[in-house]
Amino acid sequence: MSDHDHHGPTNFWSKYVFPLDHKVIAMQYLFTGMFMALVGGFMAYAFRMQLAFPGEAVPGFGTVSPQNYNSLITNHGSIMIFWVAMPVLIAALGNFLIPLMIGCDDMVFPRLNRLSYQVFLLSIVVLFASFFVQGGGFGGAWTSYPPLSNNADYNLTPLGAPLWLLAIALEIVAFLLGGINFITTVMNSRAPGMKMYDIPMVIWMIVIACILFMASVGPLIAGSIMLLFDQTIGTKFFTVEGGDPLLWQHLFWFFGHPEVYVVVLPAMGVVIEIICTFSRKKLFGYKGILYTTFATGILSFFVWAHHQFVSGIDPRMANIFSVTTLLISIPIGEMMFAMIATLYGGAIQLKTPMLWALAFIAEFLLGGVTGIYLGASGTDIYFHDTYFVLAHFHYTFFPIAIIGTFAAVYYWFPKMFGRMMDETLGKIHFWGTIISFNCIFIPLFFLGMAGQHRRIYDYRNFPDLNTPEMQDWRIFATISLICLLVFQLPFLYNFFISMFRGEKAPANPWNSNTLEWLAPSPPPHGNFGPNLPDCYRGPYEYSHPDRKDSDYWPQNEPN
Amino acid sequence: MDSPIATSRTRTGISTGLLAVYWLMASEIVIFGGLLVCYLLFRQRNPEWAEFAALTNVHLGALNTFVLLTSSLCVVLAHHAAENKQTDKAFKLLWVTIFGGLIFLCVKSYEYYSKFSHGIDITTNPFWGFYFIATGIHGLHVIAGMVCMAVVSFQAKAGQHLNRVELVGIYWHFVDIVWIFLFPLLYIAK
Repeated sequence: MSDHDHHGPTNFWSKYVFPLDHKVIAMQYLFTGMFMALVGGFMAYAFRMQLAFPGEAVPGFGTVSPQNYNSLITNHGSIMIFWVAMPVLIAALGNFLIPLMIGCDDMVFPRLNRLSYQVFLLSIVVLFASFFVQGGGFGGAWTSYPPLSNNADYNLTPLGAPLWLLAIALEIVAFLLGGINFITTVMNSRAPGMKMYDIPMVIWMIVIACILFMASVGPLIAGSIMLLFDQTIGTKFFTVEGGDPLLWQHLFWFFGHPEVYVVVLPAMGVVIEIICTFSRKKLFGYKGILYTTFATGILSFFVWAHHQFVSGIDPRMANIFSVTTLLISIPIGEMMFAMIATLYGGAIQLKTPMLWALAFIAEFLLGGVTGIYLGASGTDIYFHDTYFVLAHFHYTFFPIAIIGTFAAVYYWFPKMFGRMMDETLGKIHFWGTIISFNCIFIPLFFLGMAGQHRRIYDYRNFPDLNTPEMQDWRIFATISLICLLVFQLPFLYNFFISMFRGEKAPANPWNSNTLEWLAPSPPPHGNFGPNLPDCYRGPYEYSHPDRKDSDYWPQNEPN
Repeated sequence: MDSPIATSRTRTGISTGLLAVYWLMASEIVIFGGLLVCYLLFRQRNPEWAEFAALTNVHLGALNTFVLLTSSLCVVLAHHAAENKQTDKAFKLLWVTIFGGLIFLCVKSYEYYSKFSHGIDITTNPFWGFYFIATGIHGLHVIAGMVCMAVVSFQAKAGQHLNRVELVGIYWHFVDIVWIFLFPLLYIAK
């Protein structure tokens, strides 16, 4: 066992480039994820400009060719899911919060943790390399359906397609390594006294997400190897002659749907922490939410074929998947109600993190409600492959990956960097982001209902979809997107200035209960100094009647 | 580097290393499971695959099954020796196990060679695709297990990390069990 008075590495290379400290690895994931979000956002800007002003040169990008367009939409989707949502919500938050919130000094396998980030970084290098090879980056959509994806004669990216697949595979490996570490740490290294129901909800959510990821991604790994061999050495697994292209869809969505819950659960956990802290109230139905999460996780393995209602699956099968899909809205709905019930009667403080948390509930609700139309196989036949699907998807993923992340960053920033962020800039950023987000995607619902198909490069070739009204909405959505991107500037300014010049943060600026607020801000190497904390109660004992002198009751205080 | 305190905690009562090996196996089970389910779905729809399966060498497959199971016995004995602090015995038994893995790989290579010499390779049709991918990935796991065992054997000989003998043994059993699934599905089922 090490000496308990950790000093940690002092050398720049061992501290920041090849770190073992979970907090530094978390920051590596966070900054990489933020950088990738800018890349993904820029891609969205380029292809939205093409849709709004077809054929004109896009400032900062140039003319978007059809191949560019396909590659941009494919990589925008892949990046935002695999290289933004997952690294930030699972890897960055998991790495930062798990040891701090369960009261120990680090992850159980620090070197595995470092390896996980290095593999992740390698996956980004491979992905970026795929943009610059002959034929350009892969353009077969993030779902990568064969035969488009496994035949270079169709997708015209003989090198881009396998490199893209390899990048995804490496990213998956990174998250499997990280996931094993996260799950083992939470199972084995909790503070003395922290029982099953004393674990903060965000930690539960991250662990359940890791288990879901692990259980769903296996078949896709097998499928990726098969697809990679189809692309490179000419096997025939997913070819039309001798193989089965539909099999890939099953493998992909068997992963792809649980993946939604892999990213939504950590965001839900973040929102739960924030709502309890800023309404000074105990979480409504801790056990109920936890069991509901288990149920959601199990159900999420039985809904995947709702992505394939028009791929020629048996209609009787489609009925079953419609039912399971509609069923899964019940546990998610219950979680939303539990969050709202937590707010009810609380002493609500509208600090910036709380605004983001409330926005998550409102916006995710819209995403969930529009999902009902897509889950029902009858209506889905009309909506399939229209912008309605796209808008629905973004109403779920934007709250998860962007709103959830911002909630977490504003909430834990004082702990991460030891300084406070500016509230005014935070509120400008919040309102600018939320309003422009809705202005982008509400028009897209209507365009989708009017029949506008996805993955079309230039609507001028489709007279029915090229009416002036529709084009106006496209331009409106694109301008809103530019506003959304511009409103990230106050955030970036706030983030980087506050990191160095912000007001010094106390250890527990929000008067919160969980153990991470016991450590100094920012926590030193080893987190809690010589004595790691013990845990005496659940994480949400706010405004407890037995406690007269303050409205919170930290988990580490003996009775 | 000193291990963090976190590594030494065992809230579940299961040692941290063992827990991680269990989760590693869980993730591997879904990978092989996914591959085998794909194979079975294809197999069900293509009864003519029985003719391809007939070309596999059941006798060599059976020999390999025997070799792997025997090597698993050796690793159990190595674990037993490690628990009794008989470090040299554990070292030797681990190397017997590695030798078993080596025989397995030699037999496997001979099988691959004879397939290639009959003009059969991974691209011939999806049956042979599954055959080479499943046995190939399994072979990589055998190699990984052998490398881990070699590392652990020297640590055990020096009396360090004796608990790792058990971990590597459990992993070796897992590799064994995967083969127990592959052998009947790819070789025997006609």
